[in-house]
Amino acid sequence: MQVLASGIGELIQPPDMNAFREWNRTKKSRKLFDKLMTEEEAVRRFVYDGCYIGTELYGTVRCPMTLVREVTRQGIKDLRVAGQGVTELDIWLAASQVKTLDITYIGLEVYGVSQALRREVESGRVEKVVEWSNGGITWRFKATAMGVPFLPVRAMLGTDTLKYSAAKVVECPFTGEKLALLPALILDVGLIHVHRADRYGNCQIEGISGFSLEMSRASKRLIVSAEEIVPTEEIRRYPERTMIPYYLVDAVVHAPFGSHPGEMAYRYCRDEPEIKAWVEASATDKTAQAYLQAWVYDLPDHKAYLDKVGPERLEQLAAGRACPERSPEQAGVQGQREQEA
Amino acid sequence: MSAQEYNPTELLICTASRLMEDETTAFIGTGIPMLAASLAQRQQAPNLIPIFEFGGTGAILDELPMAVGEARTFNRAVAASGICDIMETATRGFIDYGFLGGAQIDPYGNLNSTVIGPHHPPKVRLPGSGGANDVGSLCWQTIIIIRHSRRSFVESCDFVTTPGYLTGPGAREEAGLPPGTGPLYVVSTLALMGFEEESKRMVLLKTQPGVSVEDVLAETGFELIVPDRVGKNPPPSMEELRILREEVDRDRLYI
Repeated sequence: MQVLASGIGELIQPPDMNAFREWNRTKKSRKLFDKLMTEEEAVRRFVYDGCYIGTELYGTVRCPMTLVREVTRQGIKDLRVAGQGVTELDIWLAASQVKTLDITYIGLEVYGVSQALRREVESGRVEKVVEWSNGGITWRFKATAMGVPFLPVRAMLGTDTLKYSAAKVVECPFTGEKLALLPALILDVGLIHVHRADRYGNCQIEGISGFSLEMSRASKRLIVSAEEIVPTEEIRRYPERTMIPYYLVDAVVHAPFGSHPGEMAYRYCRDEPEIKAWVEASATDKTAQAYLQAWVYDLPDHKAYLDKVGPERLEQLAAGRACPERSPEQAGVQGQREQEA
Repeated sequence: MSAQEYNPTELLICTASRLMEDETTAFIGTGIPMLAASLAQRQQAPNLIPIFEFGGTGAILDELPMAVGEARTFNRAVAASGICDIMETATRGFIDYGFLGGAQIDPYGNLNSTVIGPHHPPKVRLPGSGGANDVGSLCWQTIIIIRHSRRSFVESCDFVTTPGYLTGPGAREEAGLPPGTGPLYVVSTLALMGFEEESKRMVLLKTQPGVSVEDVLAETGFELIVPDRVGKNPPPSMEELRILREEVDRDRLYI
């Protein structure tokens, strides 16, 4: 198959499927053992400087925010990040933890462009940026999930998105048409938040599944956080609901409201004032650092975070009621910003 | 604001909404396309099937989603799957229309939502493709919604994130994109535009209320084809504005 064109973006990790098979044979236990641990232990054991990391689903929807904040709290640096994001990748960018990006979308959706992304990329602190489409990056996970080094697709062709990616264009050996080949993406570490898991890591997800199926199978190490830890009997009662089986999982973290300020389908709605607080705080480096100080560094763990958000507010989010403004004492960063002003 | 008055966002929503047909599938992104789809479901297209990239198919848009993965994107939907399923559905030719936006558009309907200036480091880093490139590559026809100015309507995009007709007739097929696909309309604050069959360049179809052809040309940074007859797009109706304000976006999150 003749290669007609190649993207000039860096291939961050080679799609070595034999090495991945060997990893899965030797490093991933088939034993059912208790993997329940704190977010501190999970991140300390499996996330490291320079690792190639991804998160699922995204920013305001079923997002592993507990794990994301812990990665920032532990000051893990030089991250190579694959994917798309809103508040989660924004936090890592604002904390200058990102060195390389396989990017598809990083922004604040209805609230516009990410200022943290702008600061980090325009300054060159993010050293390399490789472009993909959302379909493209997910199909790359899917290739790994299939155990093959690439997948042919009909997107990205003819554009600068392909030129600045690490994809290749070939002539289809069957039809003669041009196809984009997307290299399999093998993550060092994946972070996924789910509705329910047992102690071994069997996971159920409700609502849309995003790219959990593909990413969970494309990660050498997988940390899941779960709203609820359930007995394995509950999993075994409805095995068709298992989106992620235990042997893919290295750590299970119990994180109720683990997607906050994002939402969790059928459980709680997004916390609009808190999302807006980040939109405002992230506008400048100084206010972003103040936010991180108040909501990440100054808090020892997820429980302290939930305490700071406050039980009443969490109840309101769970009831799906219109989200009220934060009380003044909860609005730590806003208060600080006002004082500075 | 009285019902007769409207802002540019409302004009864009109403213009785009009228282009949505009943019993078609439409790939919907965050913002104006969501409002347009919700309005269309309450008007001419009750059986419009909105498709959201993270898995929602066929939602009833009673409540306005704030994000393309939010639970409202699969409210009373027919399916809640994942991104691969949606993008593969588009690849198989099941998605009729895709709605797109961008920071820059060129005469062939190519879109930039990645960078202003060089790629790295850029002058301005924008969010990136997200699902836009997939939508522009794989849906049968795309409708682009964009605010009209010389900064956004440019001769050449700094970066082609999402394919329009690329360099002209035959270019999409030559690149390997599925035949018979490409941009259909461009909805802007000043005009409704299409693409000339022979050249695949943008052509003026209708001006927005109170806007002259000269106004459109003055705000367009490339040579826009002006046919002998240019229509006038009717303003948002009282009924459209009422539905938009009282039902679609009650909390005025967008409008």
